[in-house]
Amino acid sequence: MSTTAIPTNTKWWNGGRSPFNASYGKVMMWYFLMSDAFTFGAFLISYGTIRFSVNHWADPNQVFNAFPFAGHANLPLAFVSLMTFILIFSSVTMVSAVHEGHKMNRKGVEKYMILTILGGLAFLGCQAWEWTHMITGDHAVLVNGQIEHWGTTVTKNPWGAHVMHEGQLVSTPGPIAFGGYFFGITGFHGFHVFSGVIINVVMLIKTRLGHFDQRGHYEMIEKAGLYWHFVDLVWVFVFLCFYLV
Amino acid sequence: MSSNVSSPEITHPPEHASGTGRIWKTFWLLSLLTVIELALGYFLYLQHGKLSYGPVITTKLVIAALTLAKAYYIVSIFMHLGDEIRNMIMTIVVPLLLFVWFIAAFLWDGNAWKNLRNTDAGSRPATTEQVQQHAPAAVDNHDKK
Repeated sequence: MSTTAIPTNTKWWNGGRSPFNASYGKVMMWYFLMSDAFTFGAFLISYGTIRFSVNHWADPNQVFNAFPFAGHANLPLAFVSLMTFILIFSSVTMVSAVHEGHKMNRKGVEKYMILTILGGLAFLGCQAWEWTHMITGDHAVLVNGQIEHWGTTVTKNPWGAHVMHEGQLVSTPGPIAFGGYFFGITGFHGFHVFSGVIINVVMLIKTRLGHFDQRGHYEMIEKAGLYWHFVDLVWVFVFLCFYLV
Repeated sequence: MSSNVSSPEITHPPEHASGTGRIWKTFWLLSLLTVIELALGYFLYLQHGKLSYGPVITTKLVIAALTLAKAYYIVSIFMHLGDEIRNMIMTIVVPLLLFVWFIAAFLWDGNAWKNLRNTDAGSRPATTEQVQQHAPAAVDNHDKK
């Protein structure tokens, strides 16, 4: 809701002012995020290329169908929906913290930063559970005529094409790239969430110490917020590429 | 409003909305888009193996389009890029257009790779080997190729 009062004849490029009407720190945060977007984009496009190049890829609805405390119930998309909503909600609390910062309301910033941190920790907990479930789960796989029980790791993929074996439909080993890409990309994203939580904790401490009140503005909360929203943004694409399609 | 000018580089301090209406509107919109995505994903799950290639790929493209819509709302409203001036927006958005080509080129390449796997193009015996079976002058034949 800004840019209402900017005269159209402002000479942005004549020097003496930021041509972007933004502080150096905020502009550089944007450029860092853009470069990070290219890193994630390269990972996801590489994953897409390999996935397009093989005849059979793991069916996400089959791989990601578990939910904590639900035993072996077949619940495709359920857990990842929970993770997605946790991140969207933590984005709302983050933008609310930024909003309270604009109003110079320290108590409000503290409250929403705490909620955002909790959301980030909840997401990390979900991811830890999911990884554990993937790695320790065992699935019957036909290897050299023998049934073996495999978890999903960076070297083992039990989600290959199905064949008939002794009257039963069993899975064969799939491309090992699946585990590598899944753990690599969700791990890289999870590490971003982790560092985002650390940054938010630092911001909360600085807010409590009154640093931003002394400075006269809460722009650091805005910059941390940019990073946090970017983490949510990346998840939107990870969610698409690994779980939905 | 302009009491908290954060930097002398800012010529025109932005006026921030006083209410939280826009935040919640965006939240509900993102939730709605996610629910539609999930419904389409669940539809694909239920119809798994029953649909032909066309409807499956169309549904997946619709899901991808909804994802782009979500990305737009996150960047534009939560990250306030929509509130920045045009100069700023362009330096972020224009470089990202490279992705259009990256995605098209690499997925195309992946698909071509699959087509090669499924033909004998990669496993065809080399011509020099065939020639060597009945003529020792393999090097000459190889040069003619």
